[in-house]
Amino acid sequence: MAELPQMMRAFGVTFLSMFRKVTTEQYPEEKVPTQERFHGKHQLNRHPDGLEKCVGCELCAWACPADAIYVEGASNEEGDRFSPGERYGRVYQINYLRCIGCGLCIEACPTRALTMTNEYELADNSRTKLIYEKEDLLAPIQPGMVQPPHSMIDDFVAQDYYDGKVTGASAEQFAEVELIKQKNQGI
Amino acid sequence: MRILPNVELAAFGIDPWWVTLIKVVAVFVTLVLMTLLAIWGERRIVARMQMRVGPNRVGPGGSLIGLMDGVKLALKEDIIPFTVDRVVYILAPIISATTAFMTFAVIPFGPEVSFFGVITPLQLTDFPVSVLYVLAIASVGIYGIVLAGWSSGSTYALLGGLRSSAQMVSYEIAMGLSFVAVFLYAGSMSTSQIVAAQERTWYILLLLPSFLIYVISMVGETNRAPFDLPEAEGELVGGFHTEYSSLKFALFFLAEYINMVTVSALATTLFLGGWRAPFPISLIPGVNEGWIPLIWFFSKIAVFIFVFIWIRGTLPRFRYDQFMNLGWKILIPSSLAWISIVAITRGLRNSLDLPTGQTIALLGLPLIAVALAVFVADWRKANAEIQREEEVFVIKEINPFAGGHPVPPLPGQVLVEPTDVKQRILNG
Repeated sequence: MAELPQMMRAFGVTFLSMFRKVTTEQYPEEKVPTQERFHGKHQLNRHPDGLEKCVGCELCAWACPADAIYVEGASNEEGDRFSPGERYGRVYQINYLRCIGCGLCIEACPTRALTMTNEYELADNSRTKLIYEKEDLLAPIQPGMVQPPHSMIDDFVAQDYYDGKVTGASAEQFAEVELIKQKNQGI
Repeated sequence: MRILPNVELAAFGIDPWWVTLIKVVAVFVTLVLMTLLAIWGERRIVARMQMRVGPNRVGPGGSLIGLMDGVKLALKEDIIPFTVDRVVYILAPIISATTAFMTFAVIPFGPEVSFFGVITPLQLTDFPVSVLYVLAIASVGIYGIVLAGWSSGSTYALLGGLRSSAQMVSYEIAMGLSFVAVFLYAGSMSTSQIVAAQERTWYILLLLPSFLIYVISMVGETNRAPFDLPEAEGELVGGFHTEYSSLKFALFFLAEYINMVTVSALATTLFLGGWRAPFPISLIPGVNEGWIPLIWFFSKIAVFIFVFIWIRGTLPRFRYDQFMNLGWKILIPSSLAWISIVAITRGLRNSLDLPTGQTIALLGLPLIAVALAVFVADWRKANAEIQREEEVFVIKEINPFAGGHPVPPLPGQVLVEPTDVKQRILNG
């Protein structure tokens, strides 16, 4: 009997809740931005001149607790350079059916090549489609970048890239890529 | 005792066949529509109470959700498990659904109206014991549940069916007892005459305890939250309908919602003046004539359904023993006590010919005093208990490393931070 007033108060709570603002998000129609640090789809970043940051070290794959990442490194050759330094990631796959979004790969990456975006719409209808390849993960070419393969900026060594001394692609790099393009068209 | 003349009942049973047919179809369609609306209303209102939106995709405001649910259920695979008793298994949902529909035959929707020239009451039929008929049909409805549990050939379904039927049987007693006071006052068991007897005062005002007992037992009777423990979606497999799928499950679903509408309609009829307009509106002439009373009737039902939903959104589910205690140890005894009071009052009034005011003074005031005393005593006892509990709760902190082993705190104990204890041990 003594609980009766409290019970009546409960009825008041539910009744008043009807007039409070709902917390539901109308997802497909209204997309509410995630938190800035949300762990979404991965991205393989580029240096400001377009070279890839990934050096194919596989530390991300080793860090991954769900075994979702597969990396195959390869050597950069003169005239076939994808990243500054010796090595680059030739094959880079993330299996989003395994990925748990923990972000340990991000912490493991020594060159900040791998980061996460806020992109969370990762649903698809087959298993193969959910294994993202390197070209699905690579950051797009921004203005001022040129599409690798191309050589490093003249007189720069790999360390200069890591130190952030590169601000954009040089005129020589633009010319080199243009030359390769013309050569390919000629063939 | 005042005996109402049997004039009004003469209006029943003389309809031409096509009027009866129209009424039957109308009652059927109304019930199905009410079910669809109730499903939608329930989902939306409970959602709002939980600060969600609820279904809002199909139809305006999601109002076709009930229809879509029905379509979905009908299109699902109809699984009949290998071990079932086929005949009974198929019969059970049919019994449940048909009995749910049948009750509404005696519910008065309104006064006499003209059906294409035929003057007829807005009620399928009525007879001198129609409320007893309602109780009888409700009891037959329980067979649907018992048989469903029994024929499924599964332990879960059997136990669920047993519990559901035990629940409905228990609460039917309290429900039946709460009607007795109404019968005493109306002097009739016919629904149309009970409505007629409430022309001046609704029985909710005269017989409030009966009404409260009825409202509680009607929630128990319909197997709904907080009394839905035999089905307890999140906790059990699903009670008596565990082995049912597709349309057969839909029939149980339909029956549950129709029962909800039925008990609401019965409460309206017995306690809220049936189709009569509520007080300030009833002063306007003409509101209780023709088709207008349908508005009052359906709005009263809507209020009851809202209360059903509200209760579901507010109260947590009962435990089985709590539930049975409430039914057998509180509702039935208090119902019996209340009936005795009502009977004595009526008897005194009739034999001594006392005016109402004096009867109430003679009987009511001492009773109210006793009730108040009991309530206050109970309240003080409970308060004292709470205080004692609070005293217990102030009790000292405990050493979590008693006897060298880490131990969790018992109720009424507070854990000391391990670092503090270490410090204290170090300090000696």
